[in-house]
Amino acid sequence: MKALIIGCGRVGSSVALQLQREGWDVVVVDENEDALSRLGEHWPGAFLVGHGIDTDLLREAGIEEADAVIAATDGDNTNIVIGEVAQKRFDVKCVVVRVLDPARAEFYAARGMRTVCPTKTAIDKMAETVRTCELPGARATA
Amino acid sequence: MYVVVAGGGKVGANVARSLLRLGHEVTLIEQRRDRFDRLEDEFEHQVQRGDATELFVLERAGLARPPDIVLALTGDDEDNMVICQLAKEKYGAPKVIARVNDPRNQAHFDLLGISPTVCATSSIMALVEHEVPEHDLIHLLELRKENLEIVEVQIDRDSPSAGKRVETLELPEGSRLISVMRNGQSEIAVGSTMLEAGDQVLAILEPGKEDELRRVLLRT
Repeated sequence: MKALIIGCGRVGSSVALQLQREGWDVVVVDENEDALSRLGEHWPGAFLVGHGIDTDLLREAGIEEADAVIAATDGDNTNIVIGEVAQKRFDVKCVVVRVLDPARAEFYAARGMRTVCPTKTAIDKMAETVRTCELPGARATA
Repeated sequence: MYVVVAGGGKVGANVARSLLRLGHEVTLIEQRRDRFDRLEDEFEHQVQRGDATELFVLERAGLARPPDIVLALTGDDEDNMVICQLAKEKYGAPKVIARVNDPRNQAHFDLLGISPTVCATSSIMALVEHEVPEHDLIHLLELRKENLEIVEVQIDRDSPSAGKRVETLELPEGSRLISVMRNGQSEIAVGSTMLEAGDQVLAILEPGKEDELRRVLLRT
């Protein structure tokens, strides 16, 4: 299976390494060539430098044969547009888009985009964790 | 009418100013603090600070009314695309106009059905071609929604259409001549209009019919 990952920050690079270890053929794109160092010294996959909404670059990166596209740049709107282009122009079956803003994540999820919102995950997890704290004097709520 | 303008740079601020002068109700949205401070001196309560791709910012600007038209004029194409999608699909704004900063992104705007769009680079290139023609058929205007375009053709002495009346030309289906410019004077093209060498002819046609039109008028 072939995955194209746009954005090689903390998230993008870790997803790339994980999928690669699981046997995926992974191509990574980032605007900054220094981002390659996040993939370690022996990155076996391809790495391209450029902007993720550049159609020529996406073609060069093999989007036409990609089974999955992961948009994980630091810009919500860039990720959303990459997601739309991957789905609608290139008909990629699995498109996963990181959107930090929960409201936009929800809007695009409702339109059929697979959005992942780390902010929402953190909010839910933190509130849940607070609820599990055993505090002296705290009254149990139903 | 009520207009929301996203982006308070040179383009957005001037558009907002012009609309206000015409008596329209306007809300301008600008994200950058330094720009916002300057705009606030002029626009007062009619400018709001925030990221126009955030729902609460749009709602504060009255997107839920909704506005009669939303103008996405920021310097970032991805932001402009998202602003238009939210305005149309979430809030039901009847009309949007988007600025395209990088002409290479035009295809993305088209893909997402965002229309009409305005791109300074493309407009300048069309004008360059009009002023210094390198091609015998010049694209003047694209009417995306109508799926039509307006082109200009220069008739030469050896053009097969020179010396012929418009009604005798076998113009391709889906095309029509609009006007003929001769010696600085323009006239609407009718059936009896005679084409002459040196004429600049405007034609309206469906995209893709250029070669057929060229064959009838110019045979090149």
